[in-house]
Amino acid sequence: MITFSNISKKYITPHGSIPALVDINLSVPKGKIYGIIGKSGAGKSTLIRCANLLERPTSGNIIVDDEDLTTLPPTQLRQARRKIGMIFQHFNLLSSCNVYDNIALPLTLSKTTSTAIKKIIMPLLELVGLTDKEHNFPAQLSGGQKQRVAIARALASNPKVLLSDEATSALDPETTETILQLLKNIRDTFNVTILLITHEMSVIKTCCDFVGILHEGKLLEENDVGEFFAYPKTAVAKNFVTASFSTKLPLNITQHLQNVSSADTHPIMRFYFMGDAATQPIISQLINQFRLRINILQGNIEYIKNHAVGTLVIALSGNANDLQNALNYLTSLNIHTEIIGHVPNNVIAFSE
Amino acid sequence: MSQTTLLLLVSSSLQTIYMVAAASVLATMFGLPLGIALYITRRGNILEKPRLYNFLATLVNITRSIPFVILMIAIIPFTRLLVGTSIGTNAAIVPLSLCAIPFIARVTENALSEVNKGLIEAATAMGATTLQIIYKVLIPESLASIINGLTLTVISLVGYSAMAGAVGGGGLGDVAIRYGYQRFDSVIMLITIVIMIVLVQFFQFLGDWVVKRISHR
Ligand SMILES: Nc1ncnc2c1ncn2[C@@H]1O[C@H](COP(=O)(O)OP(=O)(O)O)[C@@H](O)[C@H]1O
Ligand SMILES: [Mg+2]
Repeated sequence: MITFSNISKKYITPHGSIPALVDINLSVPKGKIYGIIGKSGAGKSTLIRCANLLERPTSGNIIVDDEDLTTLPPTQLRQARRKIGMIFQHFNLLSSCNVYDNIALPLTLSKTTSTAIKKIIMPLLELVGLTDKEHNFPAQLSGGQKQRVAIARALASNPKVLLSDEATSALDPETTETILQLLKNIRDTFNVTILLITHEMSVIKTCCDFVGILHEGKLLEENDVGEFFAYPKTAVAKNFVTASFSTKLPLNITQHLQNVSSADTHPIMRFYFMGDAATQPIISQLINQFRLRINILQGNIEYIKNHAVGTLVIALSGNANDLQNALNYLTSLNIHTEIIGHVPNNVIAFSE
Repeated sequence: MSQTTLLLLVSSSLQTIYMVAAASVLATMFGLPLGIALYITRRGNILEKPRLYNFLATLVNITRSIPFVILMIAIIPFTRLLVGTSIGTNAAIVPLSLCAIPFIARVTENALSEVNKGLIEAATAMGATTLQIIYKVLIPESLASIINGLTLTVISLVGYSAMAGAVGGGGLGDVAIRYGYQRFDSVIMLITIVIMIVLVQFFQFLGDWVVKRISHR
C-alpha cells in the first residue's frame, strides 16, 4: 500500500549537505501497521514527511495505493494527499475552530456540502468518543482529546493510509495506551494502512505489525514485531529491545561485571525468549539435565502479537563442560543467549 | 455654548470619524493583501519569492519612514489626481490611507508569522491549495492579532487626522487649531481634546470587544 523505493534525502545547509535518509526501501502491506523506531535525529520525521511529499526526497519514488506520488503534477498530488490522513505530535488543530469545524476541515477543502459533512462527522465523533465535545474549542480539551479530534479529522476524507508522526509522544502513558488502542481499532474497522514513527518501543509493542529501525538515515533492519523482539539482529536493535524490557541489572552486579571468566567467577547469561521457547521449562532442564545451579537475577515475559517474548537474566554455576552443553541445548531450542559477563563468586550466592 | 459652536463641534467630529473610517477601510483593503503577500513570499514560506519579498519590504519600509506631515504635502499632486482637490476631508483621506497601508501590512505580516507552521503543514497534508491555506488557516488563526493591529492603526489615524485637519483637512484638528490656537478659545480646544479621547477609547473598546468575541485560546 505504501512503498518507499530507493528514497534518499539530503538537506542542503550553509554548513554542507546532511544525508537525512540514505537509500530507504520499505513496504507496508494493506491494512497493516508499520512502525519506524529510531533515536532523535535518525531521520524519522523526514521519512514520514516524505510519505506524502511534505518533504520531497532527493531521489527515489514513493508509491501510495499504486500511484507514484513523486511523478504527480501539483493538482493530482493534492488529490492523492486527500487519501492520506496524517496526525502529528502537537495535534496541529485550528485554535480558532471548534471540534466539529476542525474535523470538517479536509471536507470543506474538497468542497463537500454541509449536509454531507454532517453525515460524515457525527459517526466520527462517536468513534473517537467526543460526541459531547462537538462545540468545544481545542483550548478546552486535554492532550488525549485533542489527538482524538486530530484522528477524526484525518479520517474525515476516508483515507486509505494514515501517517502518524510521533502522535503519542506528547501524551502520558495511559493516554498513549488509549490512543494506540484507537489506532488499532481504526485499522480493524476501516482497513486503513498505518505508517507511524516513534522513539518509544512501547508504541511498537502495543500496536505495530511490522517494525523498522532507522539509524543515521539508514533502515538498519525490519521485521515482524514478534520476531523483532525475540531476535534483534543489529546492535542498535538489541539496544532498543533490551532497553524496552527494562533489564537494567542492579548496581551490585553491574559494578562487578567483568569480560573474562576465571575459576572463581560465575557467568551471567541473558536469554531472549520467543514463541514456544518462552513457555518451556528451561530452568528445570538446566538444573536436572546439566546439573547447573541457577540464580535468577531478572526476568520478564510479555505477549507481543500472541508471541511470548521476553528475557531472563541468570547467574550460572557448574563445571565448564556442563555449561557448554547447556548452551548448545539452548541454541537447539532456538533460544537466543548471550553471556553478559562474569562476576566473582562472592557476589552471588548459590545454595547447595 | 452657542448653537453654532455646538453644530461646528458635531459636524467636525463626524468629519473626523468619516476620515478615520474611510482611511481605515481603504488602508485595510490594500494593507491586508500586501501583508499577506509579504508573509507568503518570505523565505521558507508557502510561496517563497525572495526577490519579490525584498521589493515589497523595501517599498513598505520607505513609505513607513516618511513622516506623515511630509507625506501629506509630498503627494499633493497625486491627491489632486485622485479627488480633484488637495484640501478638505476627502483629500485628507488619501495621505491618511497611504500612511496606514504599510503599517497594516507589517502588522498583518507579523500576525501571520505567529501562526504555528504545523497548521500549514497539516493543511498541506490534507491537499489544501495555497489560497485555501490563506483563507482557511492563516487568516482565521491570526484574525485576533490582525484586529489588534488594526485597532492600533485606527487609533493612530485619529491622531494623524488631526494633523491633516490643521492643514485644511477639516475635522476636529481643524477646529482645535482655528478656535483653540488662533482665537485662544481654550474651552473649545479642551472639548475637541475630550472628544478625541472619547473616540480613541471607543475604538480601543470596539477592537478589544471584537478580539474577545473571536479568540478561543
Ligand atoms: N529542514 C531541515 N534542514 C536541514 N536539516 C534538517 C532539516 N530537517 C531535519 N534536518 C536534519 O536531518 C536529520 C534528521 O532529522 P529528523 O528527520 O527530524 O529526525 P528525527 O525525526 O528522527 O528526530 C537531522 O540531522 C536534522 O538535523
Ligand atoms: Mg522528529
